[in-house]
Amino acid sequence: MAKIAAIPMILTALCVFVGGTLWTVVYSFTSSKLLPKANWVGLDQYERLWNTNRWIVSIENLMIYGICSLVFSLVIGFVLAALLDQKIRFENTFRTIILYPFALSFIVTGLVWQWILNPDFGVQNIVRSLGWASFEFDPLYNQDIVIYGILIAGLWQGTGLIMVLMLAGLRGIDQEIWKAARVDGIPTWKTYIFIVIPMMRPVFITTLVLIASGIVRVFDLVVAQTSGGPGIASEVPAKYVYDTMFLRQNLGQGFAASTMMLLAVAIVIIPWAYLEFGSRKRD
Amino acid sequence: MKSFKSLVCGTAMCAAGAAHAVDLEVTHWWTSGGEAAAVAEFAKAFNERTEHTWVDGAIAGSGGVARPIMISRITGGDPMGATQFNHGRQAEELVEAGLMLDLTDVAEAEGWRDIVHPVSLLDSCTIDGRVYCVPVNIHSWQWIWLSHAAFEEAGVPVPANWDEFVAAAPKLRESGIVPLAMGNQPWQASGAFGVITIALAGPEAWAAVSVDKDAEVAAGPVYAKVFEAAAAAREMRQGSNVQDWNQATNLVITGKAGGQIMGDWAQGEFQVANQMAGTDYSCLPGLGVNEIISTGGDAFYFPKQSDPEVEAAQKELASLMLSKEVQVAFNLKKGSLPVRGDVDLAAANDCMKKGLAILAQGNILPDANQTLSPDTLGQIEDLMTEFWADSSISAADAQERYADIIANAD
Repeated sequence: MAKIAAIPMILTALCVFVGGTLWTVVYSFTSSKLLPKANWVGLDQYERLWNTNRWIVSIENLMIYGICSLVFSLVIGFVLAALLDQKIRFENTFRTIILYPFALSFIVTGLVWQWILNPDFGVQNIVRSLGWASFEFDPLYNQDIVIYGILIAGLWQGTGLIMVLMLAGLRGIDQEIWKAARVDGIPTWKTYIFIVIPMMRPVFITTLVLIASGIVRVFDLVVAQTSGGPGIASEVPAKYVYDTMFLRQNLGQGFAASTMMLLAVAIVIIPWAYLEFGSRKRD
Repeated sequence: MKSFKSLVCGTAMCAAGAAHAVDLEVTHWWTSGGEAAAVAEFAKAFNERTEHTWVDGAIAGSGGVARPIMISRITGGDPMGATQFNHGRQAEELVEAGLMLDLTDVAEAEGWRDIVHPVSLLDSCTIDGRVYCVPVNIHSWQWIWLSHAAFEEAGVPVPANWDEFVAAAPKLRESGIVPLAMGNQPWQASGAFGVITIALAGPEAWAAVSVDKDAEVAAGPVYAKVFEAAAAAREMRQGSNVQDWNQATNLVITGKAGGQIMGDWAQGEFQVANQMAGTDYSCLPGLGVNEIISTGGDAFYFPKQSDPEVEAAQKELASLMLSKEVQVAFNLKKGSLPVRGDVDLAAANDCMKKGLAILAQGNILPDANQTLSPDTLGQIEDLMTEFWADSSISAADAQERYADIIANAD
């Protein structure tokens, strides 16, 4: 009975998710333009992809954005949560303020930060008008650091959620453990790092998945903030896929790029899943 | 219950009354002031002269935003009555897939081949001898717009061609004026490069590369000169930190920049700012070197529908768009040139008249949109965006990559 009930779910998973993915991979070996056509061209699309400067720049940007976003989200999120966990007054107010940016879409976030980082209207202008006339802060107009300008906006938007999840995790730690640590005379920071964090493993994994999927998908933030500029300095893979598929009418190339994105995710996920679930079996 | 009954009656009556009148949805991306006024001329003519109704389906954003929406509606089985595309190959595959209405019978009955000028526009609509779209206007890229105020302040006469402009650039810089205004949107860099190419390399070399896809010419000495000039122009644009093309045009209008390479749609901005051609600003077709214009612009396609009455209405709209009065009314508002040579545009301004004269002499080239696929154009656009934004890429490097794209172009 249970198996019959699961049939729709299994069919959906097979047809829609696996089927759609396979279809994309298969058609990435064709020269499809505006409409999918089965003209096989082998690995041509992939060859072109890896010879395209814009794609290489996109990958580099995603690496920088990804690593920084992962590290800073976790660190800032955990530190904020630990600070809020000190039984301070107005905790609710602070929690709400920090979580608020998450209620905004990436498009709105991007537009807001486009103005904040604009040298003529935003931070640079304010600091200069306070008297520091040579102050320079225009990340969105500088090819070398533009990706960090996007990172700032991304962190501003996403850290609140990570903090709330971490806070929930901290609240889940039994008070007895804190008491025991205090009796043993372990300093608070050591308790956090060596006892509390290892106990919060499930929370960390949840946040990790959330952050990682956000990184691979990053698209609207870039579109709203810089539309890939200056030049091609802030392009990201998802934008390359969108542009080739819909603006340049080259489905084959877009499929090849999205297959590479899938492959990248798989390279990260599979060893992790193996470690995670493989080890549980041995327990 | 009563209201339900009257609703049913009302719908039935409507349906009966509309047996021959069709609501035709027309999608386009003309949303700025002048553009909206122009498209309203189409709507007015269609509503007044036929029994059908124009349902306006304007899509905000640029063509880049609108085209994917249009294409997904057509391929997704929800076709509109008519839709705008640029002249060229944007809808090529949709036609090949049989998703567009064949207008050949209308075209033959009305002799479009004789009235459309230049006839290359109709060729762009023709695939395997059948006509699938109606060209409605001509927009050309090959213009530079010069601010008289800026040159006055720098103490140099307003240049009459590109070389004089380049020579005047250091003087402009000294007076704190940006010589060349250019927004950061990718298509602007790519378009300006095309204009410089036609002006400096000449139409033959341009055609060899952009029409015949001859990579040797693209890698050759004639194009090397073009890339050198583009690298020099890259220095001249330093300091114009704006995004949109009309913000860049505004720098020229306010005298903060010396000039801008931009298509004839920039004219509308000068008009709105109450500037007079010849006294406040000048326009040089073909950068004053080669007086040639390319015939880009817009065309309407009619996605295939199952209802024969809708089909009849689509054909009526097609013939209306090309009629003399509608062509005049539309193009005057739009600031573009009409697609037929036999209409009178007495109300046109100086710059438009220059364009009309060049068109009448037949000094025309196809637009890159007509000869290269969107894919190739996209690759060129990427290269140009990178080249214009990053001074560390040398002209020779960029040329090599350009030739590579042309060699693989389709």
